[in-house]
Amino acid sequence: MRIFELTGVEKTYSDGTRAVRGVSFGISRGEFVSIMGPSGSGKSTILHILGFLDRHTAGTYTFEGKTFEEYSPDDLAHIRNQKMGFVFQMFNLLPRTSVLENVKLPLLYSDIPKAEWDARARDVIERVGLSHRVSFEPAKLSGGEKQRVAIARALVMDPDIIFADEPTGNLDSVSGLSIMEKLQDLNTEGRTIVLITHETETAEFANRIISVLDGKIDSDVRVQKRRHAKDGFVK
Amino acid sequence: MKLLQQLKIAGTALNLNKGRSALTILGVVIGIAAIMAMMSIGNGAEKLILGEISGLGAETVVIRPGKEPTGPTDIAGSLLSDSLTKRDVELLKRKENAPELVDIMPALIVPASVAYEGETYRPTILGASGDFFSKAFNVYPDEGSLFDEADIQSRANVAVIGYKVKQELFGDDDALNKRITIKDKKFRVVGIYPKVGQVAFFNFDELVVVPYTTAQTYLLGIDYYHEIITRASSPEAADKTVRDITLTLRGSHDIGPTEADDFYVVTQQGAVEQVKTIIGALTAFLSSVVAIGLVVGGIGIMNIMLVSVTERTREIGLRKALGATERDILTQFLLEAILLTLIGGIVGIILGALISLFASFVLTTFAGLDWKFVFPFSAALIGVSMSAAVGIIFGIYPAQQAAKKSPIEALRYE
Repeated sequence: MRIFELTGVEKTYSDGTRAVRGVSFGISRGEFVSIMGPSGSGKSTILHILGFLDRHTAGTYTFEGKTFEEYSPDDLAHIRNQKMGFVFQMFNLLPRTSVLENVKLPLLYSDIPKAEWDARARDVIERVGLSHRVSFEPAKLSGGEKQRVAIARALVMDPDIIFADEPTGNLDSVSGLSIMEKLQDLNTEGRTIVLITHETETAEFANRIISVLDGKIDSDVRVQKRRHAKDGFVK
Repeated sequence: MKLLQQLKIAGTALNLNKGRSALTILGVVIGIAAIMAMMSIGNGAEKLILGEISGLGAETVVIRPGKEPTGPTDIAGSLLSDSLTKRDVELLKRKENAPELVDIMPALIVPASVAYEGETYRPTILGASGDFFSKAFNVYPDEGSLFDEADIQSRANVAVIGYKVKQELFGDDDALNKRITIKDKKFRVVGIYPKVGQVAFFNFDELVVVPYTTAQTYLLGIDYYHEIITRASSPEAADKTVRDITLTLRGSHDIGPTEADDFYVVTQQGAVEQVKTIIGALTAFLSSVVAIGLVVGGIGIMNIMLVSVTERTREIGLRKALGATERDILTQFLLEAILLTLIGGIVGIILGALISLFASFVLTTFAGLDWKFVFPFSAALIGVSMSAAVGIIFGIYPAQQAAKKSPIEALRYE
C-alpha cells in the first residue's frame, strides 16, 4: 500500500520561485527512499510537502488514502506527532535544554500519559547510545551526538515514517556512517525512511533513489548494489 | 496537552531570560505597587479622618436658621434669620416630639473683641451651655471649671476662654477670676480650656464661651438663637432625630405643606459621607492615572513578547514539526505573558504593601498621627486580576503571531 502519492505536485513560492514543477511518484510502506539532487533542485521542498511542513500549490498529494486538503491543521499536527519523525541537517535541538528534555519534546504534544515520558525518552536515548549524556545540554555535545539526539527525538513517538533532511551534512564521515547505520536499522524494523541528500554515496544506503533536477524528477531507480553502513564507507 | 506542562514550558522560557523578564515586568510592578500603595494609604486616610469626625460625636445634630447655605451670602443670611427661638428649644425638649433627642443647647455667635488691661484680641465668642459644649466635643477646662445651669438661668457674666485667648490677654499671668471686657460688659473668667486646637467646627484655642442667655440679652440684645445644637441618643438615631426636629419645627413655625423650611438640620453623618466621597473620588482619579501607567507597562510586555516570538521562530517551527498545534503554541506564549504580568503583579502588591507600611510608620512616628496600616485585600485582588488582564490583552497579539507561523518558514528562519 502506498503511503504517499504525489500527482503533478508543484510548489511556487510567493516571490514567484518555482521550486517544484510537477512531480509524480508514490512511496510504499517499508521503503527506504533517497531523494537526491544538487542544492536548489527542490528536493528539500518535496520532503517538506511530504511531511506537512509546507503545502503544495498545485497537483494532488494523498497521504494514507486521503488528500492533503481533507486533513484539518490539527489533524496534520497530530499526524506529524504520531506517525512522522524528523531529522534535520541543523539538528534543531532546543538550546540550554537537556538531552532528556529535548527528546521528550514530541511527548508534550501527544496523548501519552506523563508517567511514561521519562521511561520512553530514556529508552530511545539508550538505543542511540547516549545514556551517558542524558543531562547534557546540546552545546556540550559533538555533531554526531547531536544528530543522534535528534534521531532519538524522532523515535520517541515510535513513528512509522522517518524524514531525514541531509542528516549527515554537518557530520564527519564516521559519525555520518553511524547515523546511516541507525537509519538502515530503523528501515529493517519496518519503518519507511525518506532521506534527502546531494551525495550519491549517501543516497545509495537506500533501496530506491529519486533524482531531482530543477524541480522535476530526473530519474527514479531501484538501487542495484545497496550499501550497508555496517560495512563501512568504502569508496 | 496539559496546562501544567504548558506552564512549566512558559516558566522555563522566562527563566532562561531572567534579566530581560525582570526588566519587562518592571512597568507592571511599578503600576501595581502604585495602585496598592494609593489604595492602602487612601484607606488609612479615610479611617483616620472618619475616626476624628466620629470622635466629635456622630450623634450631634445641629439646627440652623434660614435655608441651607450654598454660598457666603447665604451664611450671612442665616445669621440674620430669627427663626430659632426659646419656644423651639422647649418643644424639642419634650420626649413626645423628639424621643431620641437627649440633650439640647442653643448657641449664638457674638462678633466682638475681648479686652483685658489694654490687651485686645478678637476670638470666636460663643453663647452656649458650657456643660453641653464640653460633653459634645469632649473638651473640658484644665484650669477652673465650666459655668453651670444656674449661671445660665441668672444670665451670669462668666466666661470660659481658650488657650490662645488666655495667652494673648494674660501672657503667663494667672487668668482665673480676672475680669475681661466684651462689648463694655465685664465677664469673670471661670475656666480655661487646654491647648487642643481645632475640634470639629471650632478652634478651641481661640474660643470664648459665655452662657447663651447672657449673650442673647447683654451682648446681642436679641430674642432668637443663631444655632441649636442637639445630641441624639446614638449615631444611628441621628437620622430619626433630624426627621423629628424637622417635623416639630415646621409645626412650631407654622410652615405650610408647600412652603420651604426656615431652618436646616446638619449632622456629622453628612460630613462623613462628604469625606468618603472626596477620598473615594481622589483615589479613583489617582488610580486611573496609574492605570495609564499599567497600559504603558503592558505595551512593554507586548514589545518584549514580540521580540521573543521573533527570536524563537526556529523553536516555534520545531515544536510545530514535532506535533504542536496552533493552539498549543498560542497557549504557550499567552501563558508566558500572563506568567510575566502575574509575577509583576505579585511583586507589585508586596512592594505596594511595604510602601504603605512604611508610610504608616512615618506618619505615626514623625507626624504623630493615629494612622493604622490596612492591607487592602480588595486592592490586592484587583492588582492580581489587573496584571493577569494586562498579560492576556498584551500577550494575545504576540502569541497569535507565534501560532500563525508555518512550520517550515519558522524552521528556515535564520
